[in-house]
Formats: sequence, C-alpha cells, structure tokens
Amino acid sequence: MEFGPYLFIATLEGAITAAILALTAVGLSIVFGIMRVVNVAHGEFFMLGAVLAWWISSLVGGHPAIGFALAVMAAPMLVGVFAIACDKLVLRRINYDPERTIVATIGLLYVIQQTTLMTFGPEARPVEAPFNKRIALPWFEFGENGLALTWPWGLSTTSYKLAVIGAAVIILLILWFVMSKTKLGLVMRATQLDRDMAQAHGIPVNKVYALVFGLGAGLAALGAVLVVPVQQAHYLMGGDPLLLSFIVVIIGGLGSVAGTIVAAVIIGLSDGIISVFFTPTLAKIIATLLVAFILVFRPQGLFGKAEQ
Amino acid sequence: MSKPGYSALMHLAIVLLLASLYFILPEYHSGNLARILVLVVYAIGYNLLFGYTGLLSLGHALFFASGMYGLGLAMHLFGISVIPAFIIGLLFAFLVSTVIGVLALRTSGVAFMIVTLMFAQAGYLTILLAGKYTRGDEGFVIKQAERSIGAIDLSMPQNRFYAALTLFTVCFFIAARLVHSRFGKTLVAIRENPERARMLGYDIQRHKLWAVIISGTFAGASGAAYAVLFGYAGATFATVQYSIYPLLWVLLGGAGTTVGPLIGTVFMTYLIDISSEYTSAYMLIAGVALILLTLFAPHGLAGIVRKKLLPWLP
Repeated sequence: MEFGPYLFIATLEGAITAAILALTAVGLSIVFGIMRVVNVAHGEFFMLGAVLAWWISSLVGGHPAIGFALAVMAAPMLVGVFAIACDKLVLRRINYDPERTIVATIGLLYVIQQTTLMTFGPEARPVEAPFNKRIALPWFEFGENGLALTWPWGLSTTSYKLAVIGAAVIILLILWFVMSKTKLGLVMRATQLDRDMAQAHGIPVNKVYALVFGLGAGLAALGAVLVVPVQQAHYLMGGDPLLLSFIVVIIGGLGSVAGTIVAAVIIGLSDGIISVFFTPTLAKIIATLLVAFILVFRPQGLFGKAEQ
Repeated sequence: MSKPGYSALMHLAIVLLLASLYFILPEYHSGNLARILVLVVYAIGYNLLFGYTGLLSLGHALFFASGMYGLGLAMHLFGISVIPAFIIGLLFAFLVSTVIGVLALRTSGVAFMIVTLMFAQAGYLTILLAGKYTRGDEGFVIKQAERSIGAIDLSMPQNRFYAALTLFTVCFFIAARLVHSRFGKTLVAIRENPERARMLGYDIQRHKLWAVIISGTFAGASGAAYAVLFGYAGATFATVQYSIYPLLWVLLGGAGTTVGPLIGTVFMTYLIDISSEYTSAYMLIAGVALILLTLFAPHGLAGIVRKKLLPWLP
C-alpha cells in the first residue's frame, strides 16, 4: 500500500481508539471532577465490562446480535452497581481522603483483576460482532484523466468499526445533555462546585457520589463492551486504558469533560498515527513523560483543583 | 532504662535473633530469609519517605531498578567486580533519585503520586526499549563465577545470608539513627504540619529532597544487592507491582516505625509465597490487604503495638 492510504487507515483505526478512549476517560474525569478522587481501579471496571460482555453473549444462543445487545445493556449496569457497592463499602468509609483512596483503589484493582483470573481464566476470549460487513474504501489519485477514485487493495474497514465511532458520539452527546440540561446534572455540578454548600441545600451528597462513581465505572464498561468484538477480553486488558485515560484526563484538564473529549481525540488519533512512525514502546515513553512534565511544570493549571 | 536505651537494645536483639535464625531454620526458609532481608532494605528506604516524611511515592521501583541495573549492567557488559559495581549501582540510584526528586517535588499530594508513577513507568519502558543490552522482560543472569568478593562466593547460601544480613543491619541502624537525629525529627515535623515547619524556618523543600534521595538510594542498594546475591536482573523488578510492594509492606508493618518495614515484609512475603502455592492469583492477597489496611489499620501492626503495649517503640 502507498503511504497516503496507509495513513488513512491509521487515522481510521485511531478514530476507534479515540472513541473508546473518550468514553473511558470521561468516566474517570467525572469521578475526579465531582468526587475529587483518583480511581486507580478504573481500568479494571473497563476489563470487567469486556469480560461480562463475553459471559453474557456466551450464555445467549442464536444470532450474535442478540447476545451483544443484551451485553451492551446489562454489562455497564452490573459494573455500575458493583462500583456503587465499592463506593459504599470502601471509599465512603475512608471519607474520600485523596491519598488513602488511591491506596484503597490499588487494592481494589488487584482484587478485581485476580478474581477475574481465578474465575474467567488467563485466556483471551473473543466476542462476535453483531454485524461485521467489510467495507472497501476509496482513495483518490491523480491519473491521466485528472482526479480519479480508486479502491486500493487492503484499504477497508468494517461496518462495526464505523458503528463504534457513531455509538460513542451518541453516548457522549447524551451525557452532555444530562450534565448540562437536567436536574440530575445540576445536582452533580453543584456537588462538584462546593460539596458542603450542596449538602447544606439539601442535596444528598453521598447518593450523588455513589451515583457518579457508578456512572464513571459504567462508562468505562460501556467502552469495553463496544471494543470487545475488535479486541478480545482478557484479565489484564485494563492496564492500557487506565494509563491512556490518565494521560487524557491530565492533558485535557482535570474535571473538564469537554477538555477530556478533545484530548481523547488528539491522543487516540496520534496514537494510531505515531505508531506508524515510532515503535509502540517509544510512543508510550513519550506519552508518560509528557504527562509527568505537564504535572510538574503546570500543576496549578491542570491539577490545581485537586489541592483544595 | 531510658527510651533510647530500650530502642538500641531492641535493634541489637533483632539483629542477633536474625543472625541465629540461619542455624535454626531449614534451608528453604533461610534462603527465603536472605531474599526478605534484602527486600526489607527496600522497605526501610520507602518508610523514610512515606512513613516519616509523609510523601507517598508510587514509583520506587525505578530506584530499585536503578540499583539493580547499575550493578547488573556494570558486571554484565563491562566485567566490573562486585564492590565497584555495587558502588556504581548506588551512585546511579542516587543520581536518578536526585533528578526525580527535583522534578516530582514541584508537585505534592495526589499529583506527586501520579508523577512518580509516570516516571517509573517511563523507566520500565526504557528498560524494554534498550532490550539489546537489558534483554527486556527476560532479563539477564549474572554469572556465578563473577559473584564473589575476593574468596567469598556470594552465591553460596551461607555467604548470601550473611551478606544480606550485613546490608540489612547497616541500613537498619542508619535508619534508626537518622529518625532520632535533628534531620529525622524535622522530617516528622514536615509530615505533621508543613506550614508550621516552614514558619519555624526549616527549608522544607530541601529536607524533602534529601528524604527522596536517601530513600531512593536505600532502594537502589536493595536492588543492587538483589542482583548480585541472586544473580539476576529483569524488567519485572521495574514494574508498578514492585512500586506497590514496599507501600504494602510498610503499611502492613507500620509506617513511621523502625521495625515496621521488617515485620511487614516478612509477613507479606510469606503470605504471598504460601498463597502462590495454591493459586496463580496470589496478588489477590495483596489487594485485600491494601483495602483492609486502609479501612481498619492505617498505622499497621507496629502502630497497634505502639499504641497498646509499647509507647516507646521507635
């Protein structure tokens, strides 16, 4: 394949990474923004979503679309409920102390990951996509007759991959609507601005926190369910989404949902494109160092709100 | 007897007890104990920063690995003998912790934790990237013939045990001295109330930096000793898991106590060893322990003992 079409494919693959990353990172971002805690177990909620999707779709027979449709609805719900239980049993009891929360969620990370290893096993398991039509993509070329469309060999995507991008956009729009136009969103934003004042105005802050933690985990799980037909379910799959979400949330500005989405698109796209030029390891080194240096040299701009 | 008297006596008794254990325990356990003693040095270093200064680092594996690879690569690539290679390992850990300290201490709280985590992750990935020299995840073996100081072959179980014990004893006493010194007391003051310490005229930034450097160099000493005593260096030791371990050991044993790192490391290592015989999911124990400790015993085992029985415990 020539360079142009190759870059086009890389961009398209990057767009899928960006779509999933946006969902996962927004989950981390609202938890940080509203609750002021860093959830290190976020990647494990992602992994749980994928594993549950496999489990649900393997229980249901018939057309793969039936199992997948059930998984899309049930898996994020289950993960959300589980996260709410974690909030009630652990985080609330340590009063959301920032440092102790990190230690506790590291513990949670190992508990979820290792329990999955014991039950689900160490294998990577595929989930079949509900629909998966191969779509050949055109490319333009300057031929003898001026600009002409060609269909180079290998330049293709699947209907499912395009649907993932569309679904992510719709989900994020719904989230934006809920956060900015509904009573529930108002309550969440009030809690984010001033927890004590919100409590004084009769907002049940504890319930809001539980809901936000569940919602954040549910978004990660939803991202995972969408990606699992493209990438298999595995008990260690939570590591990369966690790291990337961190990077995105920090670059985008902590607690800012819009910033997080923009950063997710940039990082997702550049991840696909950079890996064309560099080895993935070098790309990861650059990304982690970038985050570290942003935090070191611009702590007030990006992390300032954490230090209240 | 005075408080320092009790404390010195206890430290001495612990070292003598450990020295005699080699003759009492069966061979498997004395081999295990050598490994644990090396790792306790890592925990002692971590405790100086976390327990006494109140800085929670999630990237100490970087300092451990600096010592390990500083010594390992010096021996493996350049054929340098044990003592100079160990010094190279220490210097390398010192250098890395100075650079990381200067950068990471511009932040505090949660940002400090994430910055140290990110730097350590970048370090781990760099080891993988330099796979030509470090052999990445697979790691490399340091030849048995090279692992001796003069006529003392460090790969022999008995020599290995006493080498580990010597390193442990030196670090144990340095740490005990340090926390009773002016410097150590200032660190505690910074932990308890940084603003007040600053107002009293202490340069808290400089104290914190020294705490990172000393802690990182202890971790490096442990990493270098691990490489030479067990003849192996691998990228696994630079992973996040190895940054979490010292946190876990110190939390379990008791942060801010001199004996805490020893108690915590012994307990946790045995717990994980025993459970790994039954299941490959042995890190489950670590996860459960972390959650339970944050919930119910933030001061660890030694913290409970100090509160209930021995108020003089250092």
